[in-house]
Amino acid sequence: MRVVLKVWRQEGPASRGEFVRYPVEEGAKEMSILEALDVVNERLVHLGESPIAFDSDCREGICGACGIVVNGLPHGPRARTTACELRLRAFADGDEITLEPFVTGAFPLVRDLVVDRSALDRVIQAGGYVSVRAGSAPEANTLPVGKARAETALDAASCIGCGACVAACPNGSAALFVGAKIAHLGRLPQGTPEASRRALSMVVAADREGFGGCTLHGECHEACPKGIGLDVIAFMNRATLAASLLDANEPLIEPRRPRT
Amino acid sequence: MVVVGSGLAGASAAAGLSELGYRVTCLCFQDSPRRAHSVAAQGGINAAKNYQNDGDGVERLFKDTLSGGDYRSREANVYRLAELSANIIDQAVAAGVPFAREYGGQLANRSFGGALVSRTFYARGQTGQQLLLGAYQSLSKEVAAGGVTLLPRRDVLDLVVVDGRARGVVCRDLVTGELEAHVADAVVLATGGYANAFFLSTNARGSNASAVVRAFRRGAAFANPSFVQFHPTCLPVSGEHQSKLTLMSESLRNDGRVWVPRSPGDARLPSAIPESERDYYLERLYPRYGNLAPRDLASRAAKEVCDDGRGVGSSGRGVYLDFSEAIGRVGEAALRERYGNLFEMYEGITGVDPLRDAMSIYPAAHYSMGGLWVDYDLMTTLPGLFAIGEANFSDHGANRLGASALMQALADGTFIVPSSVTGYLASERLPSVAQSTPEVQSAVDETTARIARVLSRRGARTALEIHRELGKILWDGCGLSRSASGLTSARAAIAALRTEFGDGIAMVGTSAELNQELERALRVADFLELGELLCDDALAREESCGCHFREEHQDEDGEPVRDDERFAEVAVFEHDGEGRPARRSSEPLVFENVVPGRRNYR
Repeated sequence: MRVVLKVWRQEGPASRGEFVRYPVEEGAKEMSILEALDVVNERLVHLGESPIAFDSDCREGICGACGIVVNGLPHGPRARTTACELRLRAFADGDEITLEPFVTGAFPLVRDLVVDRSALDRVIQAGGYVSVRAGSAPEANTLPVGKARAETALDAASCIGCGACVAACPNGSAALFVGAKIAHLGRLPQGTPEASRRALSMVVAADREGFGGCTLHGECHEACPKGIGLDVIAFMNRATLAASLLDANEPLIEPRRPRT
Repeated sequence: MVVVGSGLAGASAAAGLSELGYRVTCLCFQDSPRRAHSVAAQGGINAAKNYQNDGDGVERLFKDTLSGGDYRSREANVYRLAELSANIIDQAVAAGVPFAREYGGQLANRSFGGALVSRTFYARGQTGQQLLLGAYQSLSKEVAAGGVTLLPRRDVLDLVVVDGRARGVVCRDLVTGELEAHVADAVVLATGGYANAFFLSTNARGSNASAVVRAFRRGAAFANPSFVQFHPTCLPVSGEHQSKLTLMSESLRNDGRVWVPRSPGDARLPSAIPESERDYYLERLYPRYGNLAPRDLASRAAKEVCDDGRGVGSSGRGVYLDFSEAIGRVGEAALRERYGNLFEMYEGITGVDPLRDAMSIYPAAHYSMGGLWVDYDLMTTLPGLFAIGEANFSDHGANRLGASALMQALADGTFIVPSSVTGYLASERLPSVAQSTPEVQSAVDETTARIARVLSRRGARTALEIHRELGKILWDGCGLSRSASGLTSARAAIAALRTEFGDGIAMVGTSAELNQELERALRVADFLELGELLCDDALAREESCGCHFREEHQDEDGEPVRDDERFAEVAVFEHDGEGRPARRSSEPLVFENVVPGRRNYR
């Protein structure tokens, strides 16, 4: 099958970008959209032209490296699918497919389809963990966790950190990402002792990174390849509100990351 | 400390070292440490908890691992791994890993290949992801505490050696192209495996062997390079432009039955083939373990039935994994709860719902048991250089059991390397090393020159094309079955390919920018070098063991024949200068607590 990739090309953050069309004659239904980019890139290298830069790694929908806006939708039109899992069978023969980077305020462009999502890492560093030292853990079964509770924690923990939620949000909010971590850990007894501090600290960190506020459009949930529900945002809001009321004296932990 | 890699081993080591008070620099090639390929492990992690009261224990896990590895691993290391396994689960649970639970709130288990007990802990089909996020969160905690400096988007291209000790790394900032030297008192390589040498594998696109190959060239010995596992349950090859082979967790073999048609060339749909005309060959060959036979045996059996012409699918290189019996036994809902994300993944790729029609699967290169040689402290032959996780060779012998990779990575990173690094530093007086130290400068200069060489020449074929050809050579000559003649010609073909690469490949751009083509070329060059080492090792090991099946060494039933007289040893290779074959020596394997028997899964 034949498709045309209409790709955003931009050499760097300071240069001008433009769309460039690349036909893919050797397309096939089972070919992923990233494999179609591979095909284009091989051709470009043979022609001595600069290949399209894009991030990808596992190519099976779990590492979260790939993040491309496909036809206006982060990860494309197929629900609960990452770009690397998006096959050409989702399109018709002859289709033109538009590919753009996940650019939002907090994700500066690096090159072509590559953006810098390190802000998400810094939000996790602000408290998205349980402060437990190796060696200090009690025997695992001493802390029972109900089956349903463990499952809902895992639902939230399934976030792959791709940033599609941010790219989909009209406000560029990371609420789904932040809420997912707060809910994952907050739903488990292990994460409860630090729940308040974590919620406040992560929400403040997300603001500082330039992510927008959440006005519950719900676009994030639609775009999320793992189908993470808006319930995590409710969980985050509840935890943040409770923390600011009940633990107002608890100091916010600022990330102390070394300057490089 | 410099820790290279941020997967389960690297992230847990970096966090653990920082908790002890070391200043750690953690490098990874991905844009975030959370993307390291441990994330893709699906099925689970083993631990000798005996929660099922089915007779499991340290002794049993120890023996299963040794036997699963066909008695080609070191007893002491494996015993320690089995001992640490239970504590790993404790750490993971404390860090908030949401493992599957029973209704009473206790941790649930399932079975994996090569075990008769149920000792595998899991989180749906995304156990690796959940464990990696646990380790990533611990790493993030230490970044926040100021102990770890995180440097993503860096490829390590050389090792800095001063006075015979590893004292740092040279890496390339993949965004700016700048070369950086990071000096350290010790270097920990947690860079994963090299199954991507086969081009098509279950590994991530970026998984590479560059750091270990560079370490090898700087004096670290490489052990058992030819021990590469072929995972039996992957999606078959479908087209020329395919970029990877997707794994379907082995846990599916708990409920799926593997079969092919009895007669060659049977093109009917699986559901149209009556029971009497199906060959459930794993159940037939290995009645005791059935569909849960270890990976090496299951993979080779798949190859053999396909060689018989009984393979399924358009390529004829596939076998069925069928859930119809399980649907009747436990129902669709229970299966979807157990394997839902795997079924979705399968349907997304193939367009087939595996609960309607049987899955088609085939073996793919998956995991390297071989790796840098390490002693009991996980230190390589180069003092100050440690290798952990899949990057070392230590625990899995000639075949790794399912759900043991995560266990080993976390044992190495969480418990072993933080204490062994301390032991090393306590026994050394290290001179100070700075950016201006001549060895640091020369390592940077050599890397600059190497990059310039790759960029300067303009040949006809791209790095990807050369990589694809290397994969084909290795798959044919050094894959599921190997012979002296096949290995010899594979060795020669790789040498020719290396020459072609050296003479120049199609290349674009400069080194002072984000240049993914250059990244790939540098990685492919190292895979080529490693490819030769794989063949050398496979050729020298005149026996069949685990993943390594030499056609010359089989009995009349086609079963592998091990030679404990000559090859109860770890093959150890050392770099012997440019253009010369690596020097082979060996470490004898002494079994004091088990008697190496013939593996019996029948």
